[in-house]
Amino acid sequence: MTEYKPIRKVVSGNYAAAYAAKHARVQVVAAYPITPQTSIIEKIAEFIANGEVENLQYVPVESEHSAMAACIGASATGARAFTATSAQGLALMHEMLHWAAGARLPIVMVDVNRAMAPPWSVWDDQTDSLAQRDTGWMQFYAENNQEVYDGVIMAFKVAETVNVPAMIVESAFILSHTYDVVEMIPQELVDEFLPPRKPLYTLTDFDNPISVGALATPNDYYEFRYKLAKAHEEAVKVIKDVGNEFGEMFGRDYSEMIEKEHIDDADFVFMGMGSLMGTVKEAVELLRKEGYKIGYAKVRWFRPFPKEELREIASKVNGIAVLDRNFSFGQEGILFNEAKGVLYSAKSKPVMKNYIVGLGGRDFTVDDVRKIAEDMKKVIEKGEPDVEVDWYHLKR
Amino acid sequence: MIEIRFHGRGGQGAVTAANILASAAFREGKYVQAFPFFGVERRGAPVTAFTRIDEKPIRIKTQIYEPDIVVVLDPSLLDTVDVTAGLKEGGTVIINTEKSKEEILEKLKKKPAKLALVDATGIALEVLGLPITNTAILGAVAKATGLVKLESVQDAIKDTFSGALGEKNAKAAEEAFNNTGIYEL
Repeated sequence: MTEYKPIRKVVSGNYAAAYAAKHARVQVVAAYPITPQTSIIEKIAEFIANGEVENLQYVPVESEHSAMAACIGASATGARAFTATSAQGLALMHEMLHWAAGARLPIVMVDVNRAMAPPWSVWDDQTDSLAQRDTGWMQFYAENNQEVYDGVIMAFKVAETVNVPAMIVESAFILSHTYDVVEMIPQELVDEFLPPRKPLYTLTDFDNPISVGALATPNDYYEFRYKLAKAHEEAVKVIKDVGNEFGEMFGRDYSEMIEKEHIDDADFVFMGMGSLMGTVKEAVELLRKEGYKIGYAKVRWFRPFPKEELREIASKVNGIAVLDRNFSFGQEGILFNEAKGVLYSAKSKPVMKNYIVGLGGRDFTVDDVRKIAEDMKKVIEKGEPDVEVDWYHLKR
Repeated sequence: MIEIRFHGRGGQGAVTAANILASAAFREGKYVQAFPFFGVERRGAPVTAFTRIDEKPIRIKTQIYEPDIVVVLDPSLLDTVDVTAGLKEGGTVIINTEKSKEEILEKLKKKPAKLALVDATGIALEVLGLPITNTAILGAVAKATGLVKLESVQDAIKDTFSGALGEKNAKAAEEAFNNTGIYEL
């Protein structure tokens, strides 16, 4: 391997995504603008206008539904396809997300988490992407701009190995419009890590014609679903291998689907996804100096869900404070719900409490982590939560 | 970690100032973070932007509530916004104004340890021909805080604005650097 000399730049999360798409040598980008995603596709358009990319077709479309449709067409011909969207745009894409996953097309998309309207909001909230949970897409939640960049490049490799599309999720403004230091990988090394896509089948292989999206009768449909389910199971292993390879080549290891710290001596851990976990990490180090025996578990991949890793963490701690910047109405925070489901069959069941935080971009601070730590200490002493779901940020 | 909060009005370039300051510190080997207040910006409305500078990677992802340094791009904001809100003990305030130290101190709710005053609007009008103060004020930031060198600010400005525009803005920063009044209080 050529020696790795990273190129360090100060870029926004959105520019990190655009550079990653460029370095992944995407061949087709079809997208429709929506705040706060727009600067991703603007940057890609700029790469094209400046002649910085070769062999990249940009398809302007009239809606997000068409954007995904165009990506599906492109991916079915064997091209590496990319798009980006947010909130209402992702919701409008919903039908096509099933088509992409069902047709086993390894499209990669960045979703900039934005609260669903009404009331109208442009700020961070995970409910838009989590509402796509059952479409068959993989989902990776980035903590910072570096993970946005690394995530997009790794996602193509994982997606093209298991033939399942992947969504890289970043926070509105907190990442999308925040400038931060990102280590980018020289093009020749990205090429080494991520060679051109080798599709199993393509629409344009006229010697081996295929049909995409054909009718499956009750005699066949069931097996198609089973195969997609098995592909997600296989993805768990592929994600670990690709994350490990990435770490060996570039020094940032992603072999853990749940990044964790201080689990072995922690009384309880904070669990959550995305940018808010950066603040949690900072706060955990601060609180540990004050004597709190706490750690954190940052869920990177929500689909496929890292069941085994979560059960292992649960076996070592007395409690888990689950932070959800999202909500499933009529139920509870979505990560909390998923985690409880996974731990039902675990031998060891920690005390769990769900904190609903930061919906619609309400700032989640170090002080919030401290208050939740104080509360969680009482929960563990008592052995059960006062309330299972705590609307922590509610104005009282 | 040093935390800086910029106050301006939509269209004055407070967000760009935060980014350029971050870029200047990055050039000196620091870890940085720069971001706007996550709001819906309108021309003329009060705008806030933030920069963090540290020796190690910055993980925290919240807005800045207790800044070490406050930078005010528009003097009229002193009448409507509490720019010193949360300012740390020993903090510095840098203001674009023609007014005297005494007049400004009357308007501040909290007395900073260090006050820096510069007529960035006058400098911008003279050098750029426009009342856009974001690059000039960064010269005052370099002078008053020593956080970054003037040259790093100028390089970061030229990186943001190409050609003659970059040169002019770098000149505005230099003029401000040389004409900032600094008061230890």
